[in-house]
Amino acid sequence: MSGHSTYEPKNGFERWLDTRLPLLRFANDTIITFPTPKNLNYWYTFGGILSLMLGMQIVTGIILAMHYVPHVDMAFNSVQRIKRDVNFGWLIQGLHANGASMFFLAVYIHMFRNLYYGSYKAPREVLWILGCVIYLLMIGTAFFGYVLPWGQMSFHGAVVITNLIGAIPIVGHAITTWLWGGFAVDDATLNRFFSLHYLLPFMIAGVVGLHIWALHVPGNNNPTGVNVTSTQDTVPFHPYYTVKDGFAISVFLILYAVFVFYLPDALGDAANYIQANPLVTPQHIVPEWYLLPFYAILRAVPNKLAGVILMFGAIATLFVLPWLDTSKVRSLRYRPTMRWYYFIFFLNCIVLGFCGAHAPDDLVIPGVSGLQLGDANINSFVWLSRIAAAYYFAYFWVITPLMGLTETPLAEPESISTPVLSHPAAMLAGAAASPEKRG
Amino acid sequence: MLRKGFALAALGLALLAGPLFAGQALAATTEAEPKDVHWSFEGPLGKFDKAQVQRGYKVYREVCSSCHSMNLMYYRNLAQKGGPFFDPKYAENPNDSPVVKSLAHDIQIKDIDSDTGDAISRPGMPSDRFANPFPNEPAARASNGGALPPDLSVMAKAREGGPAYVYSILTGYTAPPKGMTVPAGKYYNPYMPGDMSSFMAKGMKVPEGGFISMPPPLVDGKVTFDDGTKSTLQNQARDVAAFLAWAADPKAEERKTFGFGAMIYLLIFSVLLYFSYKRIWKNVAH
Ligand code: HEC
Ligand code: HEM
Repeated sequence: MSGHSTYEPKNGFERWLDTRLPLLRFANDTIITFPTPKNLNYWYTFGGILSLMLGMQIVTGIILAMHYVPHVDMAFNSVQRIKRDVNFGWLIQGLHANGASMFFLAVYIHMFRNLYYGSYKAPREVLWILGCVIYLLMIGTAFFGYVLPWGQMSFHGAVVITNLIGAIPIVGHAITTWLWGGFAVDDATLNRFFSLHYLLPFMIAGVVGLHIWALHVPGNNNPTGVNVTSTQDTVPFHPYYTVKDGFAISVFLILYAVFVFYLPDALGDAANYIQANPLVTPQHIVPEWYLLPFYAILRAVPNKLAGVILMFGAIATLFVLPWLDTSKVRSLRYRPTMRWYYFIFFLNCIVLGFCGAHAPDDLVIPGVSGLQLGDANINSFVWLSRIAAAYYFAYFWVITPLMGLTETPLAEPESISTPVLSHPAAMLAGAAASPEKRG
Repeated sequence: MLRKGFALAALGLALLAGPLFAGQALAATTEAEPKDVHWSFEGPLGKFDKAQVQRGYKVYREVCSSCHSMNLMYYRNLAQKGGPFFDPKYAENPNDSPVVKSLAHDIQIKDIDSDTGDAISRPGMPSDRFANPFPNEPAARASNGGALPPDLSVMAKAREGGPAYVYSILTGYTAPPKGMTVPAGKYYNPYMPGDMSSFMAKGMKVPEGGFISMPPPLVDGKVTFDDGTKSTLQNQARDVAAFLAWAADPKAEERKTFGFGAMIYLLIFSVLLYFSYKRIWKNVAH
């Protein structure tokens, strides 16, 4: 897509097509000859895994839509009928339901990888932002999809989340009513959610196209974070990375298969096997695991509107990250201090997930009564989520800008082909960290 | 090495996070943990014990079906592959199974006479849905002191603990502890979620569990098992719970068998790809 093309038409037809629609040239330059850094590790295989998962969700989803009935009286049973009476329906439904979790697992690894290697920095800001758009669309798709089986958690989750919009002053309630298509989450809501759940994955596919286009202009980043300097540093995508990605995909499929065949309900909630009943509210309303950290941020503050703003702020922050990071060194391999903040950030996200899974008043350490601080017990999940939410924002808005200005990075390698010299393991001995590279 | 270690730990945590959260979500309830029961269908290779599921169906039909519907079940399901009355002779069409024909025939199904339009009752057929004991929800509530007996089709998946929970409820009824006020038509059960604090006399310890509106449905000797299995309360409860586990997941065996093949295929495929990868990258220093 960029740089000069090495494609040579092999026969008359290819020459004919090449001057009319250079489709084969495009395919060749994108997935065959594309020069790729030779030092990409397994964390770099998740882009390929994500593409596969998107395809998987679309294919299984289209088949499910042939049998699913988007009606409040029939949706629940229609999903059960798919599992019982449709040929291999249990397989298609299991692949789709667990596929969503696998998709999010892969996207989270992919995103943490980008944070670690500084792949969001120039010249890959647009690539990163497109990724954030994909992630937002994924969240929307997963939310709409979870409503469709019309179980107790589907319904009450939809009520909780759509009610958030009511927190917007003045127009909030009018917008909520408009979104519901009525005065409650009901048949009209279910129908439009089905329609949107079908639509969004194709929008994701479109943005993935742009995402890959934006990848192929600057080319891949790599674990050292230094730019490609010569053809010494790269290998053609095929066969080198097709085989490496292929191996990683196959291993990922094993994990996926363990869930689909042996733990099909492990990631779901038992309450979603009860048909939705607006009159009975489940004891704990919790989203799926991959949205728990945001749910924790939402509930960390006592004011609903503030919670909503923080929750969306948590995602919006990702969009501006390229301009918050002041460090010129991309890879955290060469930023020994920042690395620690990064690992704490990672654990912090897991802690937020735990907070999202618990009722706010639950005690973190059972049996310890703790002190009352402000409106809640210091030992409750409210306070833990407040601390964790504060670190989440501090990481991006304070630590990232400040560390870039103050920390002394290790020496980066001259090029990808000579990284061994300044690998952190070799540098730990205290080998001259070059102060002139500060910032 | 340290770098690799961190990376692996991170992946491990990410993988663990999902199931942990799912378990955590319900940790705050007050009911007793379901009893520890061993099931033949546990684990990746576990299969349903056909005789047990047959006995469980008998318990359901003779006891539970007077209050509980199973709207997702059809009599033919009993004879389909993986079902308790499966016979390879009728694998093509389980509706032909004589065993299931006679089981269904024992049951009266409400229908409409196609000539006159009158409401009638007729003997069941394998293609019929399990008979619903009540014509509608108000009727079901009226017969149960206002409580609604839930549909049991996916009950074994709709509660934390699954079949062990069903077993524990059925065998868990005990006399209410001293100082507890039990409302009319309610029964104390330590395995039922609930909050007993407002039903205890002042100063008494609040016990686990809650009230359930279902009178204890099973007692020793309630059902006669044709295969000579002793008809204790525990046996009836275990068998009906196994039946409900099968009914909630009738494709479980097919899924596990298929999965076994898929896993072997993927393992071999991964090994082959790994060696191709090693070979292709042999001459690249990276
Ligand atoms: C006399 C009618 C009656 C019979 C017979 C009966 N049940 Fe129930 N069952 C009920 C009612 C009513 C409820 C609802 C209880 C409540 O909501 O408190 C119920 C609830 C249940 C529940 C759900 C408990 C929960 O967690 O909400 C299970 C499981 C159950 N019954 C299983 C069975 C089984 C298995 C049998 C047969 C052995 C059976 N029942 C026989 C009336 C009955
Ligand atoms: C449907 C979801 C997604 C798909 C299919 C997808 C696909 C890909 C592919 C194929 C690559 C190249 C291979 C690789 O480097 O791993 C890639 C790279 C990248 N992706 Fe994604 N992606 C998705 C979501 C995201 C998200 C949510 C983000 C960030 C918020 C993101 C940010 C990036 C970045 C910055 C790169 C460049 C990485 C580098 O070269 O170091 N992607 N993506």
